[in-house]
Amino acid sequence: MTKNILLTAIATSLLMAALPAAADPAHRAQAVAVIKKDFQPRGQASLDRLAEDGLQAVCNRTGNKPPEYIAKGLEGDQLAGVKYPADGKLMGDWKSGERLAQSGRGFTWTDDPGLPVGGNCYNCHQIAPKELSYGTVGPSLFHFGKLRGNTLEMQKYVYSKIYNAKAYNLCSEMPRFGHVGALNEKQIKDLVALLLDPESPVNK
Amino acid sequence: MQHRVIGALCAMAVMGGVFAQTPRKPAAKPAAQAAPAPTAEAKDAATLEFEKFRAEMEDSNPAELFEAKGEEFWKSRHGPKNVSLAESCDLGQGVGKIEGAYVKMPRYFADADSVMDAERRIVWCMVEKQGFKFDDIAKRPFANENFTPDITNLVTYVAGHSRSMKVDVPLKDPKVREAYEIGKEMAAYRAGPYDFSCNTCHGSDGKRIRMQNLPNLSTPKGAMSGVQGWPGYRMTGGVMLTHQWRMGDCFRQQRFPQPKYASDAVAYLLTYMIGNANGEVYKGPGIKR
Repeated sequence: MTKNILLTAIATSLLMAALPAAADPAHRAQAVAVIKKDFQPRGQASLDRLAEDGLQAVCNRTGNKPPEYIAKGLEGDQLAGVKYPADGKLMGDWKSGERLAQSGRGFTWTDDPGLPVGGNCYNCHQIAPKELSYGTVGPSLFHFGKLRGNTLEMQKYVYSKIYNAKAYNLCSEMPRFGHVGALNEKQIKDLVALLLDPESPVNK
Repeated sequence: MQHRVIGALCAMAVMGGVFAQTPRKPAAKPAAQAAPAPTAEAKDAATLEFEKFRAEMEDSNPAELFEAKGEEFWKSRHGPKNVSLAESCDLGQGVGKIEGAYVKMPRYFADADSVMDAERRIVWCMVEKQGFKFDDIAKRPFANENFTPDITNLVTYVAGHSRSMKVDVPLKDPKVREAYEIGKEMAAYRAGPYDFSCNTCHGSDGKRIRMQNLPNLSTPKGAMSGVQGWPGYRMTGGVMLTHQWRMGDCFRQQRFPQPKYASDAVAYLLTYMIGNANGEVYKGPGIKR
């Protein structure tokens, strides 16, 4: 415990030294204090959600542009936390994946925490061509597999990208669906299939 | 995980940037260029339907009903102290004066030693001048299908008296500027299960969630589209809702806990957003989907 605290203290001071300061560290500190003071828990949204984890702290302090050498190292750390299916099978059922991609449910204070969480995919991405109501925060994923193939290496990339998008782009806007336990192994496999299965409408 | 991340960062910093090789992201095959997917229509059916409804409503904006109720409350005596807001409440333009007050808030109020948006200021007047209890107002601050709080009517009434006026948040006031700068940093703060900040959705141009356009709140036009139409009559549920409510709903979707009603947090974010809309014309209480 003491060791951890010490480690954290060293890391924090190094972080301050190593990273370029936020554009406005004084106002940032005040913003954090206001956020800590002026929120209340509601439904499943408890106050611990206000605290930054290590990665969020790095992204917040660097305007989402950490220096390359820090980003690469931490991306590797995120990737190391990805848990792959024990049987090595990375592609599931694209039809289930499509249903999951449609759902934006989960984690808000009005969501029933007992219900499964959606993939939220269409909120930000174009995916299958039939769905015209898609967001543009993320890139289009139409023809994802057709363009890239579905080798085991590619399956592994897609699985780990959905599991933890920050493994490839430290301050990506995309949530870390597997890392935070939003999506389980089967669900991620189904989404991999939606993007890579030659039978998926994404690749037609 | 937290310790692992920090540990890695610590080790990395100590070793001066030496780190393990990680698998590379496979590159897309450049040769096979797929046909572009069909793009969504500029406006979907629901948007067109809504715009038709809004056009029809222009002459009989349902917000006016709430403005009328707010006017009645503003001018008559209420609360344990039995005074009217018209004779006691200063929204920054003098006691009882409401012309243009809405578009000149948030502003700094010395009597409260706080930067306050319109709703927060009116609540302050109800508490300090009329003697209402803050906790009673904050218990049910927003409308639902069966209930519209007095504060919502009051905000709508006050906002109606800034129709067709330019937004003019006094950012030259150092206290307001300070609130603006803190609000700006709050908008960039990522946390929660999905690592979202306000800026994840509202920090750049031309983005959508599904078919919903996302205004870039750092630009005058973008900020104005976040201000325009609030307070607004929401077709979904048929309720009148305020800008304070809208800020809370953003945090809900950000997967954050709930901002406290009429707090510094909301006032500072509104200062950032409305301040960025300075110079844009406010059309008055509106209609929302």
